[in-house]
Amino acid sequence: MSMRIGVVTFPGSLDDRDAQRAVRIAGAEPVALWHADSDLRGVDGVILPGGFSYGDYLRCGAIARFSAVMDSVVKAAGDGMPVLGICNGFQILCEAHLLPGALTRNEHLHFRNRDQWLRIESTGSAWTAGYEAGQEILIPVKNGEGRYVADGRTLDELEGSGRIVARYVRGNPNGSQRDIAAISNEAGNVVGIMPHPEHAVEALTGPSVDGLGFFTSVLAHLGAHA
Amino acid sequence: MTATPQTNETSVAPDLDATAVEAGRPAVDDDIVPYYEEGPDTVARAAESSDADQPYAELGLRDDEYAKIKQILERRPTQAELAMYSIMWSEHCSYKSSKVHLRQFGEKAPESDRMLAGIGENAGVVRISDTLAVTFKAESHNHPSFVEPYQGAATGVGGIVRDILAMGARPIAVMDSLRFGAADHADTKRVLPGIVAGVGGYGNCLGLPNVGGEVVFDPCYQGNPLVNALSVGVLPVDRLQNKAAAGTGNVVILLGAKTGRDGIGGVSVLASATFDAESETRRPSVQVGDPFMEKLLIEACLEVYDAGLIVGIQDLGGAGLTCALSETAAAAGTGMEIDLGLVPLREPSMEPHEILASESQERMLLIVEPTKVDGVLAVAEKWGVLATALGTVTDTGRLVINWRGETVVDVPPESLADDGPVYHRPMREPADLILLNADRAETLPRPKTGDQLRETVLRLVASPNLCDKTWVTEQYDRYVLGNTVLAQPENSGVIRIDESSGLGIALSLDGNGRFARLDPYNGAKLALAEAYRNVAVTGATPVAVTDCLNFGSPEDPTVMWQFAEAVRGLADGCQELGIPVTGGNVSFYNQTGAAPINPTPVVGVLGVLEDVTYRVPMGFSADGDVLILLGQTRPELSGSEWAWVEHGHLGGRPPLVDLAAEKLLASVLATAAERGHLGAAHDLSDGGLAQVLVESCLRHNLGATISLPADVDPFVLLFSESAGRALVAVPRGHEEAFLALCTEMNLAHARVGVVDGRSGALEVGDQFRIPLAELRQAYSATLPDLFGDAQADGDAPADAVEVELAIRADQAAQAEVAAEAVVAADADPEGADPEDDADDAADPKS
Repeated sequence: MSMRIGVVTFPGSLDDRDAQRAVRIAGAEPVALWHADSDLRGVDGVILPGGFSYGDYLRCGAIARFSAVMDSVVKAAGDGMPVLGICNGFQILCEAHLLPGALTRNEHLHFRNRDQWLRIESTGSAWTAGYEAGQEILIPVKNGEGRYVADGRTLDELEGSGRIVARYVRGNPNGSQRDIAAISNEAGNVVGIMPHPEHAVEALTGPSVDGLGFFTSVLAHLGAHA
Repeated sequence: MTATPQTNETSVAPDLDATAVEAGRPAVDDDIVPYYEEGPDTVARAAESSDADQPYAELGLRDDEYAKIKQILERRPTQAELAMYSIMWSEHCSYKSSKVHLRQFGEKAPESDRMLAGIGENAGVVRISDTLAVTFKAESHNHPSFVEPYQGAATGVGGIVRDILAMGARPIAVMDSLRFGAADHADTKRVLPGIVAGVGGYGNCLGLPNVGGEVVFDPCYQGNPLVNALSVGVLPVDRLQNKAAAGTGNVVILLGAKTGRDGIGGVSVLASATFDAESETRRPSVQVGDPFMEKLLIEACLEVYDAGLIVGIQDLGGAGLTCALSETAAAAGTGMEIDLGLVPLREPSMEPHEILASESQERMLLIVEPTKVDGVLAVAEKWGVLATALGTVTDTGRLVINWRGETVVDVPPESLADDGPVYHRPMREPADLILLNADRAETLPRPKTGDQLRETVLRLVASPNLCDKTWVTEQYDRYVLGNTVLAQPENSGVIRIDESSGLGIALSLDGNGRFARLDPYNGAKLALAEAYRNVAVTGATPVAVTDCLNFGSPEDPTVMWQFAEAVRGLADGCQELGIPVTGGNVSFYNQTGAAPINPTPVVGVLGVLEDVTYRVPMGFSADGDVLILLGQTRPELSGSEWAWVEHGHLGGRPPLVDLAAEKLLASVLATAAERGHLGAAHDLSDGGLAQVLVESCLRHNLGATISLPADVDPFVLLFSESAGRALVAVPRGHEEAFLALCTEMNLAHARVGVVDGRSGALEVGDQFRIPLAELRQAYSATLPDLFGDAQADGDAPADAVEVELAIRADQAAQAEVAAEAVVAADADPEGADPEDDADDAADPKS
């Protein structure tokens, strides 16, 4: 039986079907989850996709964090279920305190969409185990509020415990502190990433297929821990 | 946007009811209800006071038009009716000046078995397979965007997307064609960033990829920028919707945002005397968009379509409820009885004429059978969208609107929707045209030496119209939905429709105001030809056309002549190419004082690709590919970018239009693409061959060596803007077969050079050599220098290009292998090895 990965749709989610496609291409079964339903439908992992949940009103991710499904996601994450937050999903994970820090307005104040090089800094997470440490990958970044910020001690802690999962290289698209593109929680099962690996899973539509590793990594991780 | 949080720690889920959705709205003070003391102007009152003075002239109605309204109603109109007629009979809604000319699009339309809906519908619908159809349309939002750039542009995108939605389609992409005044003018700095952010902000938040368009600068647009937005959607053939309010007893439901006072500037003279006149004039008349609401509206409508819950649907755009109620009833030949008091309002003090005229965004009108009303309301609740039954369809043939127990409107709906005035406006060729045509650019001094040509290339690629537009386009999401195969700066946007078969579409949006100024008839044809060619070079087969016709005042006979000529040219051109106009929009009164803009017909062409894996990108991708110039180059420089940039010159006659040659070129390209003969292809237009070489080299940082035929003037070859041409890069193994195809089809072709992965430069015969880094610097710096320094905001460091070149040098060693890989990649794009540039836009490099 193939693995089942849930993708949450909030009102205003935009990249939910893209995340489902990436899961499918990686060889798992995507399962649609609905913001107002706390039932995770027996999935093995969860993706919070990009978009503008609840219009990003108040603050990005601030309303989504209170949705019914997030109660279940927070609980499951505590039990070790792999959770990946992409873009708006990363913002929601920070708002839900599953990850430290916050994503703020890009330093240059513009929405920016470009193909961005990242360096995988940690292969210890559930979502990056299939990469090689130091591997450089090219995936799209697209956000208006993607600048990662945290206080100095938190940043040092992240560095020291290997929880910086990926960094921007060859240019920082939004002014993120220490060029941070992705981080994980202490256990490594929860990862937030600002760029979009789900947009780099097909040569026809992506700048590369470098993003596929996030989705195949978690399947390998789940297989090993089954 | 500020909002009151609607949630707290104890709530189970954010309650996405109307209150939450409306959380960002300014609070309404219910105490201020300045209703007229004597009550509303009712039908009964109007019948008793038929000679009362009414401000029809201030509303833009002429004496004879007002008399006609009284004749239709057999009394004076009520205040609300007067507002409705003034809007529906305005140029914007009635097309009263353009109608007599636009008929040609129908009369001259070539036979097409693909058309499922055409002109007169919200958008044209084109069948692309047995089961799937595509709907697309372009629309202008010029004036609002000048007044309030962000919201004007944003609601322009929102409006065209709702047109697409109303046809039963899921919107899948947008494009934008933008025109501004001089790039270095202070007001351009005010207008451009706002418009770009507005187009991006709305489209990004809606989750629609922006896949292409244009950005053009010309002083004629200084006081009147053009914002033309295109949207495209896809639908199963059997989900096609229509706007007819059929079926007596069916329920009329308003779905979406609350109605406010935005966009009612036009009827503000009707404000009751109790409303402070000064505060009224200070109200913004530009609509304010809420893309989040539109996203919910899209999902709710699609769910309603799929469940088969509605009989008819119409979006609310210009003229709001007035237009939607009258058009849906008129389309079905029915009547309606509406209770206006049920319309959810942002401001309870709104008067009937304001509610009817409001252009509040993100609203749709649904016609629903009584047994299915509950189903519609349940879907609306799921998505957190307001849905309100306003009344029913009747068989009276009258649109009756009640408000607080009194009838304020009672009119035949077709008198609003269909029986507006039709003008045969006087037309006259502009007096200066003969002199303008005589002042040819072909006689201007030209660069002669290699050095002069080199400098000319560098100046042209750095000029605002030809330079890199990344500053603009990287503010747009081009990846969302995961089906974008090609996007800007490619020739066309290419979108995959069907993941299993690879069926897809190509779209291009083009215009050239300078050519149209010199010759509106041929200028319109040239715009059509360019969009057609841009679609064809991707390997797609062009099938249908939409247009956005931007002109000055129709009351100026010379503008009216330009308009008539352009429409005639476009209709003739479509007939010759065999592809119909499916819909579009006319925007008049684009002028500053007495000075009209250059006539600017913007044309969108839709093409079909049976399998998008065969699409042809524009960038050179393999060392050794042979460069072949297709089509005939003539010494045509009038109206060119070269004449404009180097001499500030506009005169002469635009390039020759030969649509038979365009068709031939398109069919050769389609065949060649299918057979895998093309590694890259780029259409030749603004800036000529020089521009194409620069763009195709810089796309993946691969140089080219050009060998000029001995009998050709290098200047003409590089800068002429002759139509009907394309540059293709053909992998060596395909050269013979491709040349044979050209010969067999009798298409003019000339081998002009090779892609040279080792040179790191664009080299043109013995004339000049420009290293790619120098070209990139010239090409890329212009917009960041004008609108914001990219280096200061975390952009790639300056030496990134050098790094890039070092990497490329490495790769050049494997170039021969790569050349073979391209051939293989054509058969199996998944197998292509992506080698990309950090600073390049998306492209799958196969």
